[in-house]
Formats: sequence, structure tokens, C-alpha cells
Amino acid sequence: MRTKIEVAGLKKAFASGKGTLPVVDDVSFDVGDGEIVAIVGPSGCGKSTLLNMVAGFVRPDHGRVVIDGVERRKPSSDGIVISQHGSVFPWLTVRRNLMFGLNGHAHEDKAGLADHYAGIVGLKGFENAYPHELSGGMLKRAELARALVVKPDILYMDEPFSALDALMNLRMRGELLRILGEEKHTVLLITHDVEEAIHMADRVLVLSPRPTRIQASFDVPFAHPRKLTSVEVQSLRIAILRELGVDRGE
Amino acid sequence: MNRVQRYLPSVVVLAALIAAWWASVVLSGSVIFPTPWQVITGTLELIADGTLFEHIGASLMRVGSGFAMAAVLALPLGLWMGWVRGAFDTFNPIFQMLRPISPIAWIPIAILWFGVGNASPIFLIFISSIFPMVLQTTAGVHTIERRYLQAAENFGVSRYTLFTQVVIPAVLPQIIVGMRIGLGVAWLVVVAAEMIALRSGLGYMIIDSRNAGNRYDLVIAGMIIIGLIGLMLDGIMRMLEGLKWVKWRYAHQD
Repeated sequence: MRTKIEVAGLKKAFASGKGTLPVVDDVSFDVGDGEIVAIVGPSGCGKSTLLNMVAGFVRPDHGRVVIDGVERRKPSSDGIVISQHGSVFPWLTVRRNLMFGLNGHAHEDKAGLADHYAGIVGLKGFENAYPHELSGGMLKRAELARALVVKPDILYMDEPFSALDALMNLRMRGELLRILGEEKHTVLLITHDVEEAIHMADRVLVLSPRPTRIQASFDVPFAHPRKLTSVEVQSLRIAILRELGVDRGE
Repeated sequence: MNRVQRYLPSVVVLAALIAAWWASVVLSGSVIFPTPWQVITGTLELIADGTLFEHIGASLMRVGSGFAMAAVLALPLGLWMGWVRGAFDTFNPIFQMLRPISPIAWIPIAILWFGVGNASPIFLIFISSIFPMVLQTTAGVHTIERRYLQAAENFGVSRYTLFTQVVIPAVLPQIIVGMRIGLGVAWLVVVAAEMIALRSGLGYMIIDSRNAGNRYDLVIAGMIIIGLIGLMLDGIMRMLEGLKWVKWRYAHQD
């Protein structure tokens, strides 16, 4: 597999009241082209800071991010971030939101392309709706579609479904896997939900508490669709939880 | 609760106030202070000879032109100050100092610069309504949520798209609030400005009614009309809050 994202020696500290607060401490990993890598870690460990550095929004103090062999210093539309609270513009309709990323591109039929992706995520018939008229799950679909329209090589997902209820969370994972089966994207998924990581990812990286480093790495060798209740999945889950310091498995 | 039940107490209190006014004029035997009925007949008199609409038209024209000039200048200025740190640091202290000066205090300067024609009250309205609009617009830009700006940055859109599809729509609800405040202040100020030295307008009408024979029925008629028109202007600005481009801002408050 060709290497898509190469993260080498990332470090980041933030200025605090007195001195500096180290948040990310020497993190290195690679993500292959088309691979889905999940990063799990205790809350407040610096997961989001790490993702923001990889996506180009935060400059690391040390180390570098290389994408397709070129160092990445700022955000780009070939890697779109999808975050927990979402960023679908409330003042634009679903269609206008989906067309947003196409501004400046030389597409002939932007509205048609937008509607095509609205259909893919199951928002057919809601193209003219405003976000406040949608439910939380539909809003997430709109955000996903807005990212997919620009055909990004990489999706950076920061707790993408954790604001949804458990049932919708599960459904959105299934939807995302279905879409990723059709359109190949490289995915870096930040989550605190070990089950979600095992459900989605080809590989799970476990982060230590702050200042964070990569503490362990697990391959997830199960074919999709994955049966989350299977013995293998459960024992992997317990192993990952143990790394996170949760020893009392079920 | 239905509408009748909601507004009934308000109507009852208003009726009681009018009754108390009427009773106190009759009981005290005042010859100058008018009864509500005299106010109504006075108003009808002004309608009949056409002067009422001339005065209303003159006041609205002044408010309209002063307010429009202020809006045309305030909105780009507010966006600029909100977006460019240096512009904010430069102009905000000046505006914060000018803002608490009552527009009435500008009257002598307005007369000095613009004489006693239409330009003076228009200038006063301009001065009074520009500050709330600038400051609300600036505050609106400052409160755009980071995640939206970050998304725009992520998609790598042009500056034009950033402004027309993110910044301006995000600030629009605040701009409307600023315009509502600005128009309210403008209406307050026009009446005061017209009391100084003009030949038309509701402010002039009030002062003239008093000077030309203690016509307090027309003074009170003028006051009530000012109140009703102010209410109407505010109602028009509130209707802007229902536009589809800003409805998102109020969608969860219904």
C-alpha cells in the first residue's frame, strides 16, 4: 500500500499561566492510501490537537506532516475535516452548502453534482431545506456530503458521530462504511469510542494521556461487515481498553 | 394562551389610563390641558387641513435619508473593523468615546455647519444611528463561530466566496439588530432636532402648537402620533428578522 500521510515527530505545547503545557509529545505514524486509521485516547489527551496539526490548521512545534510526499503546512480541500459539532452553514440550504466547496472549481453543473451527493447520503428531497429544519443525523449526512462533493483524498474525522444518539451513531457508521466502499478515501478517525474504532478502522492507534504519544497499535483484520458481538472483536476491544487503563472488562 | 387573553390586560390598563386622564382634566377644571376627546378632534382637524401628513412626511424623509446614509457607511465600516484587527484597534476607541455623546449635544454644531435647513436634522440622525450599526456589525463579525471560518478555510474558497457566503450571512442577523437600534434612535432624535428651527416635521408641529396659542391638544396628538409611527418603524425592522436569510438565527427560539 502506498503511503498517503506520513506524520514524523510531531510535538506541540501551548502557553499556559506559567510556562508551557506540552500536549503532543513526539507522535509519528503513517497512513496508507485508502486506509482507515482510528486514533483512540483518553479525553483531553490532545487527540484534537493532533488531528488539527495533521489537517494543517495548527502548526506543530517540531516534526512534520507529509502528504503524498509533499510537506503540509496549511489546510487544503484535499483533506476535509468533519468534527463533532459540525460546520454546516446554517444560513445556506443543503444544496448551497454542498455547492460551497465547489466555488472556484470549473464544474459545469455544480447544483447537479451537489444533488447527486445529497442523494448518496440519503438527503434526496431535502436539497432546499435549511439546516435548522434537519435532525442531527441529517445534518451529519449533509456535512459528510459537503466533504465528499469536493472528492477529497482524505477525510479527517474528529469524533464525527459522538453528538448523535447511540442508534443514529450506529446507523451513520454503517452509512459511512457503505460510502467508503464506493468512493475510496483515506480516513483518519479520532474517537474515544473503542467500539466505533473497531467497527470502522483497519488499524487502531492508542494514545497515552497528555502529553500524548502513541502507546500501542492494533490491526483490525476483520472483513466488513463486521459483527461487533463476535468473540474476536470483543477480545480486541478488551485489549484496547486495557491499554487505555480500563482493566475491568466485561 | 390565545391572543385576546394575552393582550387583554394591556388594553384594560390603557383604557384605565385614558379614563384617569379624562377624569383628572374634568375634575381639576383645567382650561389648558386637553381631554382625550379634544386630542381626537384636534387630530381630525390636522388631518382635514392636510398639515399632519406634511409633517409626518417631512420627519420620515429626514429619518430616511440620515438613516440610509448612516447604513451605507456603517455596514462596510463595521465589517472592516470586525475583520481587520488593526482597523478595530484604530477606530473602536474613537467610536466608543463618541457614542455616549447625546445627539442633542451636536445640535449647535449642526446649526453652525449646516444652518437651519433639512441638512441639520439629517446630520443629527446620521450621527446618532451610525454608531449602533457599526458596533453591532463589528460585534457580529467577532462572534462568528470559529468552526464556520475553519470550514471555509478548509475548502480553500476565494476571499469573495468567504465574504459573500460565510461572513456577511453570518453577521446579517446582528446587522438587522443594529439597524433596528439605529432607526429607533433616529426617530427619537428627529423630533428633538425639528424642535429647534424648522418649518416642518412632527417636532416642529409640537413646538409650534404650543407657541401659537397653547394648543396642547395638538401637542399631545403629535406625541401620540410619534409613538405610533415609532412602533410601526420598529415593526418593519422586526419583519426583517423573518426573512429567510436570517431565519436560521431565530429558528430555535420559536
